[in-house]
Amino acid sequence: MTELTLAKAINLGLRRSLADDPSVVLLGEDIGRLGGVFRVTDGLQAEFGPRRVMDTPLAEAGILGAAVGLAYRGYRPVVEIQFDGFVYVAFDQIVSQVARMLARTAGAVRLPITIRIPVGGGTGAAEHHSESPEAYFVHTAGLRVVEVAGPQDAYTVIQQAIACDDPVVFFEPKRRYYTKGEVDTETALADAPPMGAARVVVPGSDVTLVTYGGLVATAVDAATAAADDGVSVEVIDLRSLSPADHDAVAASVRRTGRLVVAHEGPHEAGVGAEIAATATERCFEYLEAAPVRVTGHDIPYPPAKLEMHHVPDLDRILDGVDRVLGRVPSTGAVIA
Amino acid sequence: MPGITDSTTRDDLSPAGTARENLTTHEAGAPDGRLADEGADGGAGTVRLLDPDGVRHPSPEHDRWLTDVDGDDRALLRLLEDMVVVRRVDTEATALQRQGELALWPPLLGQEAAQIGSAHALRRDDFVFSSYREHGVAYVRGVTPLDLVRGWRGVVTAGWDPYAVNMATPQIIVGGHALHGVGYAMGVLADAEHDTGRADGTAAVVSYFGDGAMSQGAVNEAFVFAATWSAPVVFFCQNNQWAISEPVALQSHVPLVARADGFGLTGVRVDGNDVLAVLAVTRAALHRARTGGGPTLVEAVTYRRGPHTTADDPTRYRGTAEVEAWERRDPIDRLSAYLRDRDVLTDAADAHVRDVADRMAAALRTDLAAIETPPPLSIFEHVYAEPNPALAAERDGYAQYLAGFADDVAGGAR
Repeated sequence: MTELTLAKAINLGLRRSLADDPSVVLLGEDIGRLGGVFRVTDGLQAEFGPRRVMDTPLAEAGILGAAVGLAYRGYRPVVEIQFDGFVYVAFDQIVSQVARMLARTAGAVRLPITIRIPVGGGTGAAEHHSESPEAYFVHTAGLRVVEVAGPQDAYTVIQQAIACDDPVVFFEPKRRYYTKGEVDTETALADAPPMGAARVVVPGSDVTLVTYGGLVATAVDAATAAADDGVSVEVIDLRSLSPADHDAVAASVRRTGRLVVAHEGPHEAGVGAEIAATATERCFEYLEAAPVRVTGHDIPYPPAKLEMHHVPDLDRILDGVDRVLGRVPSTGAVIA
Repeated sequence: MPGITDSTTRDDLSPAGTARENLTTHEAGAPDGRLADEGADGGAGTVRLLDPDGVRHPSPEHDRWLTDVDGDDRALLRLLEDMVVVRRVDTEATALQRQGELALWPPLLGQEAAQIGSAHALRRDDFVFSSYREHGVAYVRGVTPLDLVRGWRGVVTAGWDPYAVNMATPQIIVGGHALHGVGYAMGVLADAEHDTGRADGTAAVVSYFGDGAMSQGAVNEAFVFAATWSAPVVFFCQNNQWAISEPVALQSHVPLVARADGFGLTGVRVDGNDVLAVLAVTRAALHRARTGGGPTLVEAVTYRRGPHTTADDPTRYRGTAEVEAWERRDPIDRLSAYLRDRDVLTDAADAHVRDVADRMAAALRTDLAAIETPPPLSIFEHVYAEPNPALAAERDGYAQYLAGFADDVAGGAR
């Protein structure tokens, strides 16, 4: 066990992948000498050279398009999109090319591309630096979408994503980059939990609280606070958003009868909508109350001084728990 | 198998010491081998070796890339045959669409020389990324006429395995693939350092697209990336004058090739209806790519004489006089006249070429009729390379739904 920040854990995972597989190459803006704006690729260019850790021109569609060609040639490109809000110019390459090349070619061309994207708010950043665009990618067939919550998963899942023969969108919650945690670097990748499996972070019996990425730590705090209030909350870290581990959610909801889903991204057609709808379809007769979603509002990401009113925090999640327990009168109004 | 002739493996025809700086060609003026374009070209030189009447103009700078072809009647006839065959197959495909056998077809009529000439410059281990009209290129790479049309029948998304012919399947997103060519070329460069055991590191890439694609961000980013890495890639732009109803003047106020300079690419403008000139400049560009000379933008000036696709009505946006003017510059007539003048194309040889083309077209019609629509559940295949339980459950659910019908609508939902 080693204590690492989430950023350092990804760095270590990337280093392992680069060392183990000569077909792994990294592309991105400022990832070389600078080590990335969050230093996630710190030291990798010095160690593996500029042919394997490539600073690219400032063109995200170019980065993704070049990655497609490299993958065509047999490489496993890992691309870094510098900030969540910069991925949209590469959207066509991701949706029209990366996601469907396998289907287009009837299985002949595999594109094992990992798309790393720092995600989410809570850092007091400028516009376009706090987005949660995961639902766009979950909605796209052919992509796998994951978001890590802590250093251990960061280390493990980045390597699993790179080893996966499908393209993987790998979200990194930027406000947790410097959160430290114990990381087991000894266990073989094959023995680690699979990339697509959800994880029960805190066991509980009264309410199932599903979230992912940066909000997992907040949810754990909420469970602790709820316990003080006599409510047993089970926190599930979804880990993989596509495919989502609906079995794990359903198993929990059948025990608790109550579901709260929390995420930073907007309410409308967000990941929470899918989780809540599927749980309702599968567990309708077990539900004691309608599922509750605690999410970002359906607004453009607000200015930094107001972002605490947008990103769900401990109190908003606890309010969601109260609502699903009927402790707060439910008017049917969306608080989000 | 049609296509690859001996000449395609002979890109290195240049005399020793070929200086790549001699091959930059879009400066103003009309030196040897470059004739002023008949259209408005802003003064850019255009490489032409065969004029529309079939008269061959010597040009040492370009002829050195044609020493094998110039001296080989069979090779010349092969160029003619390939152009005739793809035109015949193209005509047949258009007819098949009119008869309801294909959902859509984008005809290449008029662009045969640009495609056959450039494709014959390729080596087997080179790789091609193309748009949706490059039937001639695909044919030379070894794609069968049936595989050319399968996607347009709607039974598959794309008709062939890219690795079987070293050519990606047609790209419908305009310009989306230009970057793929650059990435592939970056991979070729990286192979040398990665000990991947692949090839000898001198493979090159051609990305084909049209005048409309020149406005796409992806294409412009491809130019930037190619220049950054001096990637061994040739951007082959078939300027066929029209992007559906939009004339090339709407895409650019300067000759398309003039953009090369700003990106740090070598720019070459060629008469796209002159198969020999196209072959020469593409060979030179590929040689430059293989020998560290960096990427080239070739603008092949040609004309789309047919509709954009069979769903298009060009009479709404252009006149017949323009089309007729380009018919007089027909690429096949041009090479035929040259070959007849040299007694290479005899009546018998001409009949043989047309017979080959007719048989190819007839075979396409027969083969197409035998194509079966895949079973419904095949739509769930190849979405993911690795197991996806969520999608598997969705597939099973749909299979169950289909199984509920009395008739076998599942058509093999097994």
